[in-house]
Amino acid sequence: MDLFLQQSANALALGGTYALLALGLAVVFSIMGLINFAHGELMTIAGYVLMYCGMAGLPFVVSVPLAISASMVAAVLMERIAFRPVRNGSGATMLITSFAVAMILQVLFQNFISARSQAVLLPAFLSDSFTIGGLVIGVNKIVAIVATVIMLIFLDRFMNHQKTGIAMRAAAEDFAVARLMGIRANTVIAGAFALSGLLAGVAAVLWVSQRASVDPLMGFTPVLKAFIAAILGGLGSLRGAVAGGFTLGFIEVYLAAFLPSELQEFRDPIGLGIVVLLLLFRPNGLVPSNVLKAVKV
Amino acid sequence: MPLLSVDSLQVRYGAVEAVRGIDFEIHQGEIVTLLGANGAGKSSTLNALVGLVPVASGRVVFDGADVTDHAPERLAPMGMTLAPEGRRVFGTLTVEENLRMGAYGVSDRAELDKAWSRVYDLFPILLERRGQYAGTLSGGQQQMLAVGRALMSNPRLLLLDEPSLGLAPKIVEQIFELISVLRDQGVTLVVVEQNVAMALEIADRGYVMSGGRIVSSGTANDLSQAERLQAAYLGAD
Repeated sequence: MDLFLQQSANALALGGTYALLALGLAVVFSIMGLINFAHGELMTIAGYVLMYCGMAGLPFVVSVPLAISASMVAAVLMERIAFRPVRNGSGATMLITSFAVAMILQVLFQNFISARSQAVLLPAFLSDSFTIGGLVIGVNKIVAIVATVIMLIFLDRFMNHQKTGIAMRAAAEDFAVARLMGIRANTVIAGAFALSGLLAGVAAVLWVSQRASVDPLMGFTPVLKAFIAAILGGLGSLRGAVAGGFTLGFIEVYLAAFLPSELQEFRDPIGLGIVVLLLLFRPNGLVPSNVLKAVKV
Repeated sequence: MPLLSVDSLQVRYGAVEAVRGIDFEIHQGEIVTLLGANGAGKSSTLNALVGLVPVASGRVVFDGADVTDHAPERLAPMGMTLAPEGRRVFGTLTVEENLRMGAYGVSDRAELDKAWSRVYDLFPILLERRGQYAGTLSGGQQQMLAVGRALMSNPRLLLLDEPSLGLAPKIVEQIFELISVLRDQGVTLVVVEQNVAMALEIADRGYVMSGGRIVSSGTANDLSQAERLQAAYLGAD
C-alpha cells in the first residue's frame, strides 16, 4: 500500500509535467490547427538558460523566471518567424514547418553549445525529501505537483475570466467570427504561443529539476509523450490535455513500478497499448473538444 | 454622402465568379434588403464587405474611408459589422461571454455600459440566460444572441445575413420587429433575406440579385408590386 501511494505521488508529478506540455500543444492547436513539434525545443531553451544561470552563479529564484521568460520569448519569435508565413497553409505544411524548426534548433544547440549532455547546477534543497506518514517524497516531486496545480488554476482563471483568454476560446471555436468581433488574429495567435511558451518553460524547469542535466534533444521525448497525452485526452481540448497528461503519467509510473521484471522491457509497448485501447472506446479522447470531432468508423 | 458605397465589386472562389461587378449605395438611417435565390451572390457580397472573403476587384467605401480588403477585425471598431448566416454564436462560451466578445474593441466605459443595457433591454431573455452556454440556447435565442453580439460594438451599419433562416414564424416576426426598432435607434441596416414578403415590408429599398449581378432595384413598394406581378405570371405563391 505504501509503495502504491509512493508511486501515485510520482505519477502525479510526472503526469502534471505531461499535462502542462500537452496543454501547451493544445492551446496552439485549438487556435491554428498546428501541432507544434518544436514545442520540445522551447523546453530545451529553458533548460539551457537554467544551465547558464547556474554557471553564472545566479540564485534559483532568479534563474527560474529567466528560463521561463526565455521560453516564452522563443515561442513568440517562433510564431513570428516560422509559422506566420505558413499560417494559411494546410495542417501538413504547418506540421512539416514545426519539424524543420525543431531540427534547426537542435543543430544550433549541438554546434553552439554542446552535443553532449551538460550538468545543470540545482539548489540542494531540490534533492531533499520529506517523510509524510511513512511516505518518502522528494522535494522536486512536491514542487512539480504544486507548480502544476498553480499553473492549472492560473490557466483556468485566464481562459474563463480574462478578456484575452475568452477571446482565445472564441477564436478556437470560430476564428472568422472572432475576427468579425474585432479580435485581432495576430494578437490571439501570438498570445497562444506566449502561453504555450510559458507552459513549456514551467515544464522544463520541473523536468530539469528531476534530472539535473540538459542536452540538445532533451525536449523530444517529453513532447512526444505530451502529444500522446493530447491525443488521448482529445486533441484541441484543454481539459482533455490535462486528463490525458495525468492518465499517461499514471500508466507509465504504475507499469514501471508494478510490471513483473521479465515484462519491463515491454513497458512502453504495453503503455501505448493501453492508450490505444482507451482510444478504441473513446475515439474522440477522454474529454473531447467541442469543436473537433473524429469520425467514428 | 452615402454611408456605404460599393463600386463594381467582384468576388471569386477559384474559377467561380460569385459576384460579377455590382454597384450599390446605402444611406444613413435606411433599411436596405438584398434579395435573390440561393447562390445569387448575396452572402458573398456581405462577406466581401467585412473582409471575410477577398475582393477580386472593385472598391468598398465606408463612411468616406476605403475599406476594400480590410482585415475583418478592423471593421467592427470603425462601426460596420456582420451577424453572419447560420448565427455562428460561440457555443462553448456563455451568453455573457459571447456578448463580451462582441464588445471586444470597445474600451470606453460609458459606451460599454450603454451597449450592455441596450442589448439586455432588447433581449431580456439573454439577461435571464447570461450564464448559460450559447450552444444550449434554442435557435431563436441564438439568433437574438447573434444580433445582440453584433450590437455590442455599437455599429452604425449592421449587416444581417438571413436572420430568419430556420426560425419559427412567431420568432421571425420578432426578428423583423427588432430590425425596425434598431433603425429607430439610429442603426443603418442591410438585410439579406429569403423571406421576400417580410423583408420588403420593413425595408425602405431593395436590390434583387441573380447570378452574381444586381438585376433590379428600387423602393420596397416598387419591388413588392413587381414581385406580385411576377408571382402572378409565374403562378408562384
